[in-house]
Amino acid sequence: MKVFEKSKAFYEVFERKTGPAQEASHYCPGCGHGNVHKMIAEAMEEMGLTEKTVFVSPVGCSVFGYYYFDCGNFQAAHGRAPAVATGVKRANPESIVISYQGDGDLAAIGTAETIHAANRGENITVFFINNAIYGMTGGQMAPTTMIGQRSTTTPLGRHTLEHGNPVRMAEMLATLPAPTYIERVAVGNSKQIMKTRKAIRKALKIQSEGKGYSFVEILSACPTGWKMDAPSARDWLVEEMTKIFPLGVYKDESDNMDDGAWDRISEEYQPEKVNVYLDQLKSQVGDSVDVEMPYDLQCKFAGFGGQGILTLGLFLSQIGMRGQKEVSWFPAYGPEMRGGTANCSVNISRKRIGTPLVDHPNVLVVMNQPSLDAFESDVVDGGTIIVDTTVVEGTPDRDRLNAVMIPASQIADEVGTPKVANVVILGALVAATDCFEKEFVLETLRNVIKKKSLVDMNMDAFCRGYDFVKNEG
Amino acid sequence: MSDQTAVEAPFMEVNGELCKGCQLCLAVCPKSVIAISEKLNSASYHPAFYTGSDCTGCGLCFYACPEPGAIRVVKP
Repeated sequence: MKVFEKSKAFYEVFERKTGPAQEASHYCPGCGHGNVHKMIAEAMEEMGLTEKTVFVSPVGCSVFGYYYFDCGNFQAAHGRAPAVATGVKRANPESIVISYQGDGDLAAIGTAETIHAANRGENITVFFINNAIYGMTGGQMAPTTMIGQRSTTTPLGRHTLEHGNPVRMAEMLATLPAPTYIERVAVGNSKQIMKTRKAIRKALKIQSEGKGYSFVEILSACPTGWKMDAPSARDWLVEEMTKIFPLGVYKDESDNMDDGAWDRISEEYQPEKVNVYLDQLKSQVGDSVDVEMPYDLQCKFAGFGGQGILTLGLFLSQIGMRGQKEVSWFPAYGPEMRGGTANCSVNISRKRIGTPLVDHPNVLVVMNQPSLDAFESDVVDGGTIIVDTTVVEGTPDRDRLNAVMIPASQIADEVGTPKVANVVILGALVAATDCFEKEFVLETLRNVIKKKSLVDMNMDAFCRGYDFVKNEG
Repeated sequence: MSDQTAVEAPFMEVNGELCKGCQLCLAVCPKSVIAISEKLNSASYHPAFYTGSDCTGCGLCFYACPEPGAIRVVKP
C-alpha cells in the first residue's frame, strides 16, 4: 500500500507559528514554497536525514522555515544563508546543511555569499526558489523579474535599458570550477514537479556522500505577487519563465568523484597543527613572565600614516602578551597608507577583553595636531596623554590630564632616524604608566624586532624616551 | 483518518480546514475526481473535496498541493 501524506519531517502542529490554524502553513494559496517544502521534507524523512539536517532559512516568504521542519534550524540575515550554512557545515561536518533561499535573498543582497560559497565548493545544498519577484515585501522587481513583467516597482513592465536583464544564477554558478551539481527545475506542472523531487534527492545525496556543493534552482509561482489565480500562475511559469530560465542540468560532476572528495580534512589545518603555529607566534616574544599590572591599559595611538603608530601599538601588545596579559590590537586607517590619519586601539588587560575598541582611553598618544583635536576629550579624567611636541603645536588640558610633552621625533632624529619616534614614545609610555619594568620591555623588543641591525638604535630610542620622562617628568 | 478496515479502492481526501482553495489539485488530476466545495471553511476558502470515485491513487494532487497536511492519498 502506498500512502501520500504529510511527512514526518514536518512538525505535526506548527507550534512556533502564532495565531489560529497551526496546522496550516503561512503561505498564500497556490504558493510554490509549500510544494518544495513537502518534497524536501519527504526526502529528508525517506533518506533518513531528518535528525542530522540543519535548515537555514533566508529572509523572504520562507523566513519561517523553522515553523515547519522538525530538524535543526537557523534563520540567517538577509542573503547570508550560504555563509551561515558554511559555518554550520564546517563546525558539524557530519550534518546535512540546507540553505533555502528566494531570488531576492540569493540573487540580490546575497549574491556575494552565494557565489563565494559555490566557489569554495562548500559541501552544502542550496535550494533556490526563483519566482521572479519580491513576494514578502509586496511584489517589487527582483533581479530575476522577466522583461516586460509588471511589478510594483516596474508598473510599465521591466525594461532592459531601465532595469537590466533577469539574472540567471544556475548558468552563472556553472562557470565556476568547484560546484558539483547545478540543475534548474520547476514546479509548474506534474512532470516538472516530479523532476524537482528527483533533483532535491540527488542534491541531498551528493552532500551526504561528501561530494561537495549542490545547487537546485526551482522556478516557482507567486500568484499573489503576479496577481494571478494559482493555476494561471503555474501556466505562466511553464510557458513564459522557462523561456528565460531554461530547465536542465548545468553541471554534474557527481559521478566523477569519490565519496568524501569534498570532506574538509586538510592536513595543514588540523587543530593540533594550528595550535603549534600559534604557540610559535607566541614564543616569538620570548619567555613569558606573569607581570603584575596595577591597572589595565586602554590605549589609543593616533597620528599620520607612516609614523609607526600601528607598530607602536603592536609592540605594546607584544609586551603585554609576554607579560601573560590579555591583549587586543585594533588598527583603523584611511585609504592613504602614508600621509593619511592612522590610529589604533590597544587593550592590555588582566581579564578577558570584551571589545577591542577603545572609546575612552586612559593612555592617549598623539603624533599630529588633528589627533590631539580629535581624541583629547575622549581620555578619562586623570588619564595620560603623550604628545610629540616636535610635530604637535597645541597643548592638552594639563589640569585634567597627566600630560607628557616630549619632542619624540627630534629625539629620534638625534638617535639616527625620525622613524624610531614611535619607540621613543613607547619609552615615554612605559615610564609614565609604570606597568612594565624597563628591562622587561627592552628584552621583549630585542625579541620582536626582526631586523637585528636595527635593534641597537631602537634600544637607544626607547631609553631616551624612558629617561626623558623619568628625569624631567 | 480512515479506520483499520481494509481499503479496497484508491482514494484521496482533503482536510477541508487546511485547504486554501487554490485548485492546483483540480488542474493536475488526470481523472477529474476533485471538485471545489460551495461552502467556505473557517479561513474563508472554498476547499477542494474528493467526488468519491475513480481515484487511481497516482498522488499527483498530493505533490501539486502546496499545503503540507491538506491532501492525503491512499493507494492499496
